[in-house]
Amino acid sequence: MQISMPALLSQLLLGLVNGSFYAILSLGLAVIFGLLNVINFAHGALFMMGAVLTWMAMNYFEINYWVMLVAAPLIVGVFGVVIERLLLRWIYKLDHLYGLLLTLGLTLLIEGFFRSIYGVSGLAYDVPDALSGAFNLGFMILPKYRAWVVVASLIVCFATWYAIEKTRLGAYLRAGTENPRLVEAFGINVPLMITLTYGFGVALAAFAGVLAAPVIQISPLMGQNLIIIVFAVVVIGGMGSIMGAILTGLGLGVIEGLTKVFYPEASSTVVFLIMMLVLLVRPAGLFGNEK
Amino acid sequence: MKKSLNAIALAIGTLALATAAQAQVKIGLITDMSSLYSDVEGKNGALAIQMAIDDFGGKVLGQPIELMTADHQNKPDIAATKAREWIDTAGLTMVFGGTNSGAALAMAKVAAEKKRVYFNNGAASSALTNDQCTPYTVHYAYDTVALAKGTGAAVVEQGGKSWFFLTADYAFGHALEADTSRVVKEKGGTVVGAVRTPLNASDFSSFLLQAQNSKAQILGLANAGGDTINSIKAAKEFGIDKTMKTAGLLVFLSDIHSLGLKNTEGLLHTTSWYWDLNDETRKWSKRFFDKTKRMPTDIQAADYSATTTYLKAVQAAGSTDADKVMEQLKKTPVNDFYSKGTIRADGRFVHDMYLVEAKKQSESKQPWDYLKVVKTLPGEQVYTTKAESKCALWK
Repeated sequence: MQISMPALLSQLLLGLVNGSFYAILSLGLAVIFGLLNVINFAHGALFMMGAVLTWMAMNYFEINYWVMLVAAPLIVGVFGVVIERLLLRWIYKLDHLYGLLLTLGLTLLIEGFFRSIYGVSGLAYDVPDALSGAFNLGFMILPKYRAWVVVASLIVCFATWYAIEKTRLGAYLRAGTENPRLVEAFGINVPLMITLTYGFGVALAAFAGVLAAPVIQISPLMGQNLIIIVFAVVVIGGMGSIMGAILTGLGLGVIEGLTKVFYPEASSTVVFLIMMLVLLVRPAGLFGNEK
Repeated sequence: MKKSLNAIALAIGTLALATAAQAQVKIGLITDMSSLYSDVEGKNGALAIQMAIDDFGGKVLGQPIELMTADHQNKPDIAATKAREWIDTAGLTMVFGGTNSGAALAMAKVAAEKKRVYFNNGAASSALTNDQCTPYTVHYAYDTVALAKGTGAAVVEQGGKSWFFLTADYAFGHALEADTSRVVKEKGGTVVGAVRTPLNASDFSSFLLQAQNSKAQILGLANAGGDTINSIKAAKEFGIDKTMKTAGLLVFLSDIHSLGLKNTEGLLHTTSWYWDLNDETRKWSKRFFDKTKRMPTDIQAADYSATTTYLKAVQAAGSTDADKVMEQLKKTPVNDFYSKGTIRADGRFVHDMYLVEAKKQSESKQPWDYLKVVKTLPGEQVYTTKAESKCALWK
């Protein structure tokens, strides 16, 4: 198959756009797993909630995209705090499997709720005026909105990485996961820290949801399609590794993009193929440390 | 003596019970109630069937008509198991198979084995009345051949000679691509290429750029539901619609509603029915709308029509026996707000189809005013012909 350089470049760029979604979603999962040891299956449903809230705000109250970019993560974050306080709190001492089951149950509830109201075909959301139109890059037409997705998610990803790895608050968080009792002995409220971390993790999912709203048809099932891939991304990057999640997300987006050119039929499975290989060679993931 | 008398009495009693159970009409709708095709038929399909039962008076052959529904979750094994269970334990007299070709074909087999009347509206695969036809299947609303001959031929005639397909990578998508390619080539067009996309892919932009690079005039969407919606949306975003014209090979009213006319205007496709065809269709659709707050898809209208057709056949046959009912069905023409036509020997309900185009936003006068009819396609021309058929029942 003959593939021209411009065609390849444009596919790389599109891969990067999808990779941005993977990065921001897997980052949230990694943060939650790293600090709470919970495999948050509800991540996809909360991603969907972010998108649906954005649509609802526009349709019922005419609140625009930019407001929702901040408001939707906040609302979903608060929802996450409630989930953590009411439900997750009780299962930390149990096996991972219980967390997975609990959050899977939550997913079914949330998705079922929205499906009963809006059906499955989805809701259309327009690209905000400031970002409509496209850049002509010579080798391709890049919609401005897609470029914005890459920029916005990179900023959020690296800010999160910086906050956790380089600040004092981040140091508390990391210490809290290593040895919660000792950190508590220093007078730091570890349970509160954990609650807020979960809230922040799911807020990231909602942020990705808002970013996705104008690109993907908003549907109660939109999270389902993404979440499995994102789990694979986290496994490849290494559970709990912040930078690992970001880089793996972007990288896999690009690899997936290339697969769509060379052998499109495999584009939905290539991520899992890589996951298998990585698990064979480095069971802790590319960036994970074996404990 | 007394003992044997008792035995005879018991036998008569059981026999009476058995005939009574046989005479009661029970319809079992097994379709996608929760996933990607549930807006096409789903719970509102069940509602349309119930409307038909109520309009019929709720009774046939002196017994109340019963409707049961189940979600097959797009899994053929669940669909087949449910159909078998209901036939064996609940005395189902008609299996109403829903969306999803895989599930539909599985249920057709069970119904044929158990000798039960089998109707299907939602599934597209023409195999139901071709190489996998059975004496008990009625494929009512549409099929892949009709879609291909309808949209494919019309687009080529309008000058869309070179095609590139975006194909859902499973049996249904492949069939639709193959059927359409054949029509395009017959009409003197060419197929430049195709890309097989995984079912439920969330991002179609990459595939669309490949389509654009092919320099074809027509983008043929051999997919359905969410895949169609997301490909149309991305085509708009990337400006593909400026260089190529999109032909949706299977588009439902619920897809147009979800995308909005802004994203779909000018989209050419084939449908078996539209709510705004004439006074009769509008009248029925208004009743449906009052109950659901949505206008019906062609599948939901077909659900109503198929149920009425079946109940009339039962009444005329004076029996729920599948062979007698099928005989009645195949000799009685259908004539109602949904369609006019006949059920052929292979089980295909042959009726007119419509080539439609999504309106411009400025042409839409009211909510759900989405389509205009470009051309009526006579049933004999768009469905499988005798020469093309491999069905042994039609030889």
